[in-house]
Amino acid sequence: MTQADFVILVMPFKDKVFRLAKRLLVSREEAEDATQEILLKLWNNKQKISDYKNVEAFSMTMTKNFCLDRLKSKQAQNLKIVHSNYQDKSHSSLQKQVEARDSVDWVSSIIETLPEQQQIIVQLRDIEQYEFAEISKMLDMNETAIRVALSRARKTIREQLIKTHSYGIK
Amino acid sequence: MVLNSIEKLLEKYDNAETTLQEEAQLRAYFASNDVAPHLESYKSLFVYFAYTQQEAFTKDVPLNTKKKSNFYQWISVAAAAVIMLGIMLPQMWNSSKYSEEEIEMYNKTKNALAFMSSNFNEGASSLNVLEMASNNFNAGMYKANFIKEFGKTTNKFLK
Repeated sequence: MTQADFVILVMPFKDKVFRLAKRLLVSREEAEDATQEILLKLWNNKQKISDYKNVEAFSMTMTKNFCLDRLKSKQAQNLKIVHSNYQDKSHSSLQKQVEARDSVDWVSSIIETLPEQQQIIVQLRDIEQYEFAEISKMLDMNETAIRVALSRARKTIREQLIKTHSYGIK
Repeated sequence: MVLNSIEKLLEKYDNAETTLQEEAQLRAYFASNDVAPHLESYKSLFVYFAYTQQEAFTKDVPLNTKKKSNFYQWISVAAAAVIMLGIMLPQMWNSSKYSEEEIEMYNKTKNALAFMSSNFNEGASSLNVLEMASNNFNAGMYKANFIKEFGKTTNKFLK
């Protein structure tokens, strides 16, 4: 496998790896380092890559494990807690996004308070839009358990959102 | 009518029973500007999802660097080995081998020098004869001193 082949193989999901890492590690720098590490690991094992049935699912599993390890390890003590990096983005061209930015920040911080497992599921389902079957492969959980966890996470997020939304009105 | 179906979908959504298509429908609804006021709190959620999806990994990953650096490290080792061999080998071979001509020349020169030095030795032995002669002269001088002394005493008598 040449470098170009590898880049083509990795292209479709490297952003997903990065976003999952950022969901768990919060800071952008940490997430970038983690993504780099995972891509390098894939590259070093490139002979075995063809044995994997689904490289993308495999990478997501790897990312999850890597980030959870990171969080457990002592290095995580030095984690910078950055709530969001929205300020330096130029995506806010759409007016409604500018208006929604405050509440968008809220959503981000609400998701941060969820248990890691639920965070991962929300990330994979609501942001990356994977099928339940794919998620169950990545997380090595059965679909029912995933649905239960996702439902809990969604309800928690909504309750919190309604609370903040009606704050000051009622 | 539309609102009704959206509400139903949201209920399914909260129970995690929606399919990806239905979730896409929800996303489309909340991306539009006319969202029912009592569903306003959902809007930020779906806007957030759409927003986060756009985030991309921009850092470069350095691939393939390991192999090259290894290669260059070993080149320096190989160069050192080649230089050492280059110095050692010629010395080991040349020390034992002279051509026949060279050996003949060496012997001839040796003979010629030996001949010269034997002549020098002869000259030195004839010098020894001169030395003996000068010894005799000295002995003669010593005796002449006696005569001088004798002459002095005879002069005293004469006075």
